[in-house]
Amino acid sequence: MNNQQQQHQKTMDRVQQGLDRRYRQERHFRWLGMGAIILGLVFVSFLFITIISNGYTAFQQTYVKLDVFYDPEMIAPVGETNPQVLSKADYGGLIKASMRDMFPEVTNRREKKVLYGLISSGASYEIRDAVMNNPELIGTKGEVWVVADDDFDMLIKGHIDLRLPESDRRIKDNQLAWIHDLQEQDRVEKRFNTTFFTAGDSREPELSGIKGAAYGSFFTLLICLVLAFPIGVAAAVYLEEFAPKNRWTDIIEVNINNLAAVPSIVFGLLGLAVFINFFGLPRSVPLVGGLVLALMTLPTIIIASRAALKSVPPSIREAALGVGASPMQTITHHVLPLALPGMLTGTIIGMAQALGETAPLLMIGMVAFIVDVPGSVMDPSAVLPVQIYLWADSPERAFVERTSAAIMILLAFLISMNLLAVWLRKKFERRW
Amino acid sequence: MNETSAATPGLAEETEAAAGTVQSTDDTVGEIYVDDPRMTCRNVDVYYGEKQAIFDVSLDIGKNQVISMIGPSGCGKSTFLRCLNRMNDTIDGCRVTGQIKMDEQDIYDGGLDVVPLRASVGMVFQKPNPFPKSIYDNIAYGPKIHGLSDNKEHLDSIVETSLQRAGLWEEAKDRLDQPGTGLSGGQQQRLCIARAIAVSPEVILMDEPCSALDPIATAKIEELIDELRERFTIAIVTHSMQQAARVSQRTAYFHLGKLIEVGETDQIFTSPRHKLTEDYITGRFG
Repeated sequence: MNNQQQQHQKTMDRVQQGLDRRYRQERHFRWLGMGAIILGLVFVSFLFITIISNGYTAFQQTYVKLDVFYDPEMIAPVGETNPQVLSKADYGGLIKASMRDMFPEVTNRREKKVLYGLISSGASYEIRDAVMNNPELIGTKGEVWVVADDDFDMLIKGHIDLRLPESDRRIKDNQLAWIHDLQEQDRVEKRFNTTFFTAGDSREPELSGIKGAAYGSFFTLLICLVLAFPIGVAAAVYLEEFAPKNRWTDIIEVNINNLAAVPSIVFGLLGLAVFINFFGLPRSVPLVGGLVLALMTLPTIIIASRAALKSVPPSIREAALGVGASPMQTITHHVLPLALPGMLTGTIIGMAQALGETAPLLMIGMVAFIVDVPGSVMDPSAVLPVQIYLWADSPERAFVERTSAAIMILLAFLISMNLLAVWLRKKFERRW
Repeated sequence: MNETSAATPGLAEETEAAAGTVQSTDDTVGEIYVDDPRMTCRNVDVYYGEKQAIFDVSLDIGKNQVISMIGPSGCGKSTFLRCLNRMNDTIDGCRVTGQIKMDEQDIYDGGLDVVPLRASVGMVFQKPNPFPKSIYDNIAYGPKIHGLSDNKEHLDSIVETSLQRAGLWEEAKDRLDQPGTGLSGGQQQRLCIARAIAVSPEVILMDEPCSALDPIATAKIEELIDELRERFTIAIVTHSMQQAARVSQRTAYFHLGKLIEVGETDQIFTSPRHKLTEDYITGRFG
């Protein structure tokens, strides 16, 4: 008994001795983990703050109020008002005339040109559209809000440093004076930038928008989804439920796992060689982009779908087979419905990956400068990440905020897709 | 789980002394034949890959009888049971040789397709495994896929009678549209039995149906098995010898993949003829 007690005492002492060290290790480990999470959060919030602070101004655009005289001489000299005549008239001249009226002191030819430069070259289209919609305007005088040039816009948004010497500034002193005059007369206003959501790409920042890229992304993802989801699910179902487990299926499995890790640009090269060079499909079109992204997304979908199928308990299969369901009925009636949320989650994550993919699309020519909004999968188009890449490459200051704004839109899509995946998983999650 | 040699020498002498006790032999002791068989198995061997799990088992399963299969873990009783509706087909590398006939049709020889076979040989599993659907759909599923019901009313009546026969109707009639997985363990198992009998099988196989249940739920299921015997032939694998004694008319004792002894349940439990059977039922191993 005594001996036992001694033994007991000894063990306690030993344990006590090491106890501090054990708990210290645990504390350190916890601090390390917390540190890692804080560091991660700092990086993410830094990223978001940078993007948002750079980009939020892109959702506003400076407009200038002009008094335009719809001069019949300039619009329809012969008195005809059919659309063909109206569409060809010199509306830029109307704007210039209006500007000259406002600043009669500007007479020098070069100065005039600088003055006209305050208004975007796209403004004449606005006036043309207004006139063509309502030919009654001809001969009248009216106030029109037109888009300001990007440098003007940057000045109003405070992105131009006025402390710099004049020669280093995009806005010169005489322009500053005119803008000041316009502001005095309440002719300058920042409005919501609808152009950004309704236009395609443009060389002029104030006329550029993401609609073309967004449609391009949509069509590309559509093709990608339509191809990759059924093929991926079918492949996963076959491999998981029907294929014999032998050397061949092992090789296939290893290869699928490897394909998931292949750099995406390789898929781009493959697409270029096969779809464009061999099959002769056109360049820069969402069809080819979708095909390439489908190749890239397939392994992800197959792996996720197989995992989802594996997670369906075998007892459900046995139950179905036990009442006499055929293997196909077992799968379609019981296994697939239970595995579907997992498959959808995998697919959405694969799609989100594809949405953000740039490299393979560069290889198949989706990096071209395309102004028109695509109307089908066979129209040349850009996609959101490539649009970001193109704008980030542009020298104009106004493209900086548009780049960030486009990133915000892309991130919004990605986050909502991931939220959808989480929601689906939560909604259809079943417990056994 | 011990080998035959595990019986101590002293015990061996004792049993040798007992008159009529048969020592170890490869042949099954007892009457494998019955007058009115529903299923007949002859020389069945089962292999998992290279490994042989069942050795030369011949056994008749009589009409409207409950036959229980007992034996230590890993003795092959579940494997044998799963041969009877070809559930072993789903296991990779599993191979069955020999002959299993149901009403004179060989079930492995192309005489009977696996789908009608499983429709007439239902199965209840160890762990209750209702579909994650409503109680109604759980039972209606089998009749639906086999086209057994002519219309909605007929299907409703199949569901009702199945639930009644499984003794679940009173508890479930007001919640037919609720998920079957929301029932208690015992109720789930009775739901699984109802699902099996909904397709009007001739044989019901039960693979340790009560091992996941508490004693009260077990008692209900046992009572149910006794009632079901009137309409169905039942083969039940069980770990509990008391259960075998309570519910079955015949008992088969398996040991290391061999069918050691088969006979009337009373006889097996009161005067086993094989030493291994005696050792097992007296609790010396298993």
